[in-house]
Amino acid sequence: MAITIFLVFVFFVIGLSLFLGNKTKTSKAYYAAGGNIHWGVNGIAFAGDYLSAASFLGICGMIATLGFDGFLYSIGYLAGWIVALFVVAEPLKRLGKYTFTDAVDANYNSRGIKLTAAISTLVVSICYLIPQMVGAGVLVQPLLGLPHAWGVIMVGAIVITIVATAGMASTTYVQFIKGTLLIIFSTILVAAVVIRGLSTQPDQGGTVEYYRYTDLTAQISGDALIVDDPKYTVLDQQEIKGGYKFVKLSADGMETWWYISETESGLVLHETQSTVMKADGKWINGSLESDTNKLRMVGNLERIDGEGDVETGKLNVFSFLAKLSDKDTLFRTWKTANFVDSSEQKVTVYYPKLVTGDQFMRPGLKFKVEGTFLEKLDFLSLMIALFLGTAALPHILIRYYTVPNPASARKSTIVAIAAIGFFYILTLFMGLGAAINGSINPADSNMSAPLLARSFSEILFAIISAIAFATVLGTVSGLIVAASGAVAHDLFDRYLKIKMTDQQKVRAGKITAFVIGGIAILLGILFKGINVSFLVGLAFAVAASANLPAIIMLLFWKKTTARGIAASITVGILSSLILIAMSPELYTLYGRNPLDAPIPLNNPGIISIPLSFITLVVVSLLTQKKKEIA
Amino acid sequence: MLHEPATPAAKDPSGPYKIKLGVRMFIVYMLFYAIFVAINLMFPKSMGMIVFAGLNLVTVYGFALIIVALIEALIYDLLCRKKEAFYKKQEESTGKA
Repeated sequence: MAITIFLVFVFFVIGLSLFLGNKTKTSKAYYAAGGNIHWGVNGIAFAGDYLSAASFLGICGMIATLGFDGFLYSIGYLAGWIVALFVVAEPLKRLGKYTFTDAVDANYNSRGIKLTAAISTLVVSICYLIPQMVGAGVLVQPLLGLPHAWGVIMVGAIVITIVATAGMASTTYVQFIKGTLLIIFSTILVAAVVIRGLSTQPDQGGTVEYYRYTDLTAQISGDALIVDDPKYTVLDQQEIKGGYKFVKLSADGMETWWYISETESGLVLHETQSTVMKADGKWINGSLESDTNKLRMVGNLERIDGEGDVETGKLNVFSFLAKLSDKDTLFRTWKTANFVDSSEQKVTVYYPKLVTGDQFMRPGLKFKVEGTFLEKLDFLSLMIALFLGTAALPHILIRYYTVPNPASARKSTIVAIAAIGFFYILTLFMGLGAAINGSINPADSNMSAPLLARSFSEILFAIISAIAFATVLGTVSGLIVAASGAVAHDLFDRYLKIKMTDQQKVRAGKITAFVIGGIAILLGILFKGINVSFLVGLAFAVAASANLPAIIMLLFWKKTTARGIAASITVGILSSLILIAMSPELYTLYGRNPLDAPIPLNNPGIISIPLSFITLVVVSLLTQKKKEIA
Repeated sequence: MLHEPATPAAKDPSGPYKIKLGVRMFIVYMLFYAIFVAINLMFPKSMGMIVFAGLNLVTVYGFALIIVALIEALIYDLLCRKKEAFYKKQEESTGKA
């Protein structure tokens, strides 16, 4: 069923692209869909473009595992549209032709701006492409049973087809269809979650038996740990950074890892899930991995309003959130620990952590708002980047060129705010639904929303997965159109002044789409396993640092010069990328100690955005005279 | 040669009004957003306070940020359309004269 729905959708999209491709002969048709898309269609296409894998897969996954902190992304992403509507939409529509570069260079005709703005478009688009492709790989594993790399390659191939056939025209309609389906079926999924209500033993409508995790008691005798139940023998003990301790036990021929916690009454060992890399393959929870032995899906409530073993039945949206926010409600969340055991085997342990409802439903589990000054600064930095990043994303900005006039640009932005805002409210319910219905893959939170759909029915799972796949297609198409415009239109045509006929410009755009698509495939394979919302947060920071100062200042400061804009874009890109590369999160990705990272912030916006603004002001002031002479 | 827009736009006499209005509405929203971030940073525990229908402050404020964005957007569009209609009417009456 899932495969059928998925294939129907893919063939429909490709058919539509080929149909529109026959009508796409000019560069205006290819890069701006002819400039005559209706504002209502464009508004939903905005939503289809913007609600990427990060929004659907990443945010839902983050809410499912880290509670309200994930929803902060939803709030920040939506708030960013206010900047787009009030500051950018109409002026940008008046200034530009096909690309972001057109708009910033409109009053200057500067080679410096053309080069830097085109590079900025490419960098931001590629940063944004990575999480989309990672999301694609994540999706095909449960949907089609294919490895991650094949998912990435498949998306790459389909998107290249979409973009290379009809450019912005096919991209617009794919995004419109995807935006519509995403909102409709997410609403259905949320309604199902609220009607099902809450249970401390979620069994997914009776289809999956609830697994009750065991706790054991233990004592310390001398240096040795002794489990009270004589069935268990201690084989190994490990401690990781932060003082978290784990013990390997043997019972009935099975070797399993347990998480040790200290309570007033003594030691308690909590059953975990684990993967161990051995010479003969991957072992999961004490047995070799197989079709029947995989990691169990997790996420449930231990207590609801202080009571165990209860079911609430049907709720409404308010009572659903209210019960989950209660201080006497307990979530069983899951954390991950990696270490090498005494047999030199790589072990990953997924261990439980109980979190009260009032903690889960307010910021703090990911963003340490009660932490140190630097941790607070990191949170502030992220919120600034999310707020300012939307209006600086090239693939979003170019959508303003597809409507006939500035008023349509404004109206389509309002439709986008309505659609996107509504969807983001749904993300909170979908994320929480996954957190309490045993719908989280402990090894990869990105699949939480589709797995939540599976907890209701295979058909809903198939539809939601196909839509999630379409989500990736829609966004990646937009990104590739933006990137191909930057190369073929900005660099080849405008910067290098290569003489091309209109048809050759279209061909150059299509060839570039192939190359960018290839790069996206490679990056999607390399970045497997990273939370896609986190990666998109970084893309926002790069966009806000590189592009937003240029857009704002050219609109509102008359002393802005071409050199000021070029310098600001350059400083914005470099500073944000360097800060990201030296951040604790990236150090973890390199396999190094995050505490050794030279920059203590994960989100660079609070440094790189002001730096870019200051650069623009200083360089513009220093180059005033030259501007006047020119 | 400068870049020309994809679709040439007619002169818009309401442009300066819309820019001024946009900036003002942007500042209002930015303050609303800034207060949200500030409360999270300075009084994080207060975000867990139950304020409405069993919902805590951060949930209500978060939803409000989304809903207010839409309300402000609709007000902005209404005012812009009024101004555009005003100038259009003025232009028509000047044309007739």
